[in-house]
Parts: sequence; C-alpha cells; structure tokens
Amino acid sequence: MRDSKSAGVVTPQYVQIDKPLQLKSGLELASYHLVYETYGQLNAARSNAVLICHALSGNHHVAGVYADKEKSFGWWDNMVGPGKPIDTNRFFVIGMNNLGGCHGSTGPASIDTRTGKHYGASFPVVTVEDWVETQAQLTEHLGIAQFAAIVGGSLGGMQALQWTLDYPEKVRHALVIAAAAKLTAQNIAFNDVARQAIMTDQEFYGGNYYAYDTLPRRGLRLARMLGHITYLSDDSMAAKFGRSLRNEELSFGFDVEFEIESYLRYQGDKFADLFDANSYLLMTKALDYFNPADAYAGDLSAAFRVAKADYLILSFTSDWRFSPERSREIVKALLDNKMNVSYAEITSSHGHDSFLMETEYYHQLVRAYMDNIST
Amino acid sequence: MHELTMNDTTEPSTIALRPDFAAIAEWIKPGAKVLDLGCGDGSLLRYLRDTRHVFGYGVEIDDDNLLNCFRNGVNAIQYDLESGLSSFESDSFDYVILSQTLQAMRHTEGIIQEMLRVGKEGIVSFPNFGYWRNRMQVISGRMPVSKALPYHWYDTPNIHLCTLGDFEALCRQCNAHILERRVMSNDHPVQFLPNLMGMLAFYRFERKG
Repeated sequence: MRDSKSAGVVTPQYVQIDKPLQLKSGLELASYHLVYETYGQLNAARSNAVLICHALSGNHHVAGVYADKEKSFGWWDNMVGPGKPIDTNRFFVIGMNNLGGCHGSTGPASIDTRTGKHYGASFPVVTVEDWVETQAQLTEHLGIAQFAAIVGGSLGGMQALQWTLDYPEKVRHALVIAAAAKLTAQNIAFNDVARQAIMTDQEFYGGNYYAYDTLPRRGLRLARMLGHITYLSDDSMAAKFGRSLRNEELSFGFDVEFEIESYLRYQGDKFADLFDANSYLLMTKALDYFNPADAYAGDLSAAFRVAKADYLILSFTSDWRFSPERSREIVKALLDNKMNVSYAEITSSHGHDSFLMETEYYHQLVRAYMDNIST
Repeated sequence: MHELTMNDTTEPSTIALRPDFAAIAEWIKPGAKVLDLGCGDGSLLRYLRDTRHVFGYGVEIDDDNLLNCFRNGVNAIQYDLESGLSSFESDSFDYVILSQTLQAMRHTEGIIQEMLRVGKEGIVSFPNFGYWRNRMQVISGRMPVSKALPYHWYDTPNIHLCTLGDFEALCRQCNAHILERRVMSNDHPVQFLPNLMGMLAFYRFERKG
C-alpha cells in the first residue's frame, strides 16, 4: 500500500474565454469564464495531464482542501491525490466547473454583461459537446496538446467519451465510469420529473427568480430527493435505513417518521441551499440530449470509427440508473472497432453512487489501469 | 483459468518457459487478432502480444484475475462466457483461444459453437482425463488428483472433464474440422498412444465447409 494523502491546499483559478462559443443548439455565447483547479505538476513534455469531468452536481473542486475552510475536501478526494489511484505524483490533474454550472464558471446565476442582469432563463441550453469545446479552450489556455487520460463518472463519463470523438488526437486514454452512450426513456423520465418539480415551484418565476430575490427551493429539494433515490440501490437503502423510525412509536401523521424520510429531506435541504436550480435544469438536459450515435442513424459502432483512444469502461452491479447493460453497449461499440478496451463490472451495493465510493477493488482497478499509462 | 495446471506468474522470463503457452503461440500467426476466453490473469495474452505482436482481448469473469489482467496491461473484458459471445461479431478474430477453461464450463457445446462463429480458427487446450495416471487412480478407486488436475472431487471447478477421444467426438458433432493436435506430458510432446500418455491436449480447428 502506497502512502496516500490529500492533494493538500488548493486554490481555484479562473480563465476568461473571449472566443465565441458556437453551441450545438445553434446559439452562440460571445464570451464566458471558467473556474478550474489543478493538482500535481505538468511535466516538461506536457504529457501527463489528466482531465476529470464532473457529473450532475459536481464541480471543479475534485481534490484537496481550501485553506480557509476546514474539511472542504474535493468531491473525488479519495480517488485523486498523491499516491491515490489517480496519482498526482505522476499526473497533472485538472478539474473544471462546467459551463452553465453554479460554482464559478459562467452559468444562469452569472451576470450577463450585456444586460447587467442575471442570465436566468436566457442562459442557453448546453450539451456535452459544448462542454467538451469549453474544456478544449481551457486545455489550449494551459498549453496542453494531449491528455494522458480523461476521466469521468456518470455525466462526466459522457464527456470523456465525447472527447475521444471530437478530439481523437488529444486523448490517449478515456476512463468512462458508470456512464451510458445514451439515456433510456426511464432515465429521461426521472430527469423530467426533477425538472417539473423545479419549474412548477411558485418561486421559479420562469427561471428569473434572481430578480425576485428568491429561490425555487422546494422544487430543487424535491428534484434532489428524487435523484438521490435513484442514485442508491434498494439494498443499500435497506441496509442503511431499513424501516428504522426516528421515534420509538408511530405517530399516525405525516411528519418525518422513518429515518429514510429524514435523510432524504436533509439531503434535499442541503442541496437546495448550495445548488442553482437553473444549473440543475441545464445539467439534466445535457444528460438527456447525449447520444453520439444519433448522427450515425443510431449506430454507436459507427460513431466510434473516428476514435483513437484506449478505453477503460467500468460499471457497478447495483447501478440501475446507469446500469451495466449501458456500459456493455459502449464496450460492444469499441470491440466492433477493435479499440483497446477493458471492462469491469464491479460488484457493489451502493447503486449509481458507487463511482464516488472508496471501495478497495474499484480503486485497485483504476490504480492498475492508471499505472500502465505512460506519461 | 490457467492456474488450473500451473502456478501463473507475471514474470516474463517464467512465462516464456511455460510450454503450454509456447505450444499455443506456435500456432498463432504474427499480428493476428486474438480472443482469449477465460484468460486468467492475462499472462498468455501478454505473452502472445510480446512474442507474436497480436492484438487481442481477454474475457474473464473472476475479479482477482481481471485485476491482474489490468496490471498486466492487456485488454480484458469482464463477461460471463456461459452467456455466449454476443458482444463479438462473427468472423471478427483470427483465433479464439480457450486455454484450460473448457473443462470448467457448463455450456461446453455452446462455447465451441460460439468459437467457430467468432473466430476463423479455434484453439482449445484441456487436461486429458484419459491420461494413464488418471486412469490408474480411478482403477485404484479414487478420483484423480495430479499436476494437471490439482483439485479434489469436492472442490473442483472442473465439471466437464474429457479425454482426447471425447473431445474429437464433440468436434465432429459441432462441425468443427480439426486442423492440428498436440499432446504433451510433463512439458514434452507425446506421439505414442496420446490418449493414454498425454497429460495436456491442444487442438486447432475451424468451421467445416
């Protein structure tokens, strides 16, 4: 076992991009800024860069801790750091907040300099392809011609996949974890219920709630509670909460009684205070729209013909939101193209959230794969 | 499942000394596309990559083996062979190898059919149950335990043990045309009475017609 520790104190950095971004929707974003963090050192050959793409509610703070905030560890601190599976002693790791997010990159809660007001509902719908383009802009800014690896779980895995299609020469390895090449109808349905929860909140004001100095907190809370249920598994919820009650006896009322209710409400409340509802809408849309096979009459194998990267695809047995079946579809398309690909179906009871968990075998797999990547 | 016969090791020098790997490698044309079913820790695939420059994938269900495949830097896919090879297109590999795995499979006939579909040629190796020492142990009243069959009857993963004759009959049944056969005993080739004297059997075959 290697000595592994946190990436230490990190400071977010900003970059202003004034090159207009042509969005997939046909709209254009004249300029925007991106917030990012880096861990480890870029080597002289500039060949050891790793990009971490975040999922629905993630951000640029992947690893390490902020100097002024105790316990403010990054969301993937167990995976990224010195001696960790994605080892910052070897790799120069970059985390970036996606465009449309709410953690520092330009998003709906940002001020539109043209109007002096919050973007709100006027912020354009962004796609995975658009994100890859913004990440490519950051890459150029940092002087990185090619990534040793691009890594992502869930929606982040979609970005890693898209990178290998849009910039085949710029990605040597893609680690695609608990992801899918497209969402199923059921998955889109969950996203739409979440969106409806937000958009039917009376405080939503058509997305311009900033002007009314309020937040669609109840809607976002419900959206998160629903999402959270789908990220866990039946078994993990049973193991963690079962039918435990907060008090010893039933109250025959509608207040919080079961521990699971208490937990979900707490998670929902916490999230509603930290996340922007418009960003949540955008992220779920990006998930729904992702479908690289679309341009090839649904033929995913055809979509991967341009790809040159080597791939690691990982799924988790209890993940029903991004099930192993979805990962096997990706693997099949890569096999059809005779790409270098490895695939593991990891036994886990934690559902979709497994990709964030510090599970020994999962981390051993990622470590083994990363160790074989030359820098 | 290579460990069924010998202790695998990831030391290249030791791998090179494994006669069963060498026997398979001799059949593989350089640069071929290879699918190794039940690839264990990926040692054979790595050996074929290093000595024959093959491009290939291993298929393995066991977690520990899969992790070692990753460490060996070979492509490894965690699928259950028992459910077939539906992720692999017909005629998409030059060779499909089933090295010392056949005897542990439930759907023996099914996997041979799938090998014939996916590969231009199939290569199978297995411990010969008809080996004289195995026969002696059965005659003496006990199930055989040996270097090639290291398990006891109660803890063995081997559910479909066979002799050379049995396998050749299965090939006829599956419309597999045998191109070549090699038989080894204690790492040496066997010519005389192979079904009696052979410990390990290797077959190279293709679809008939």
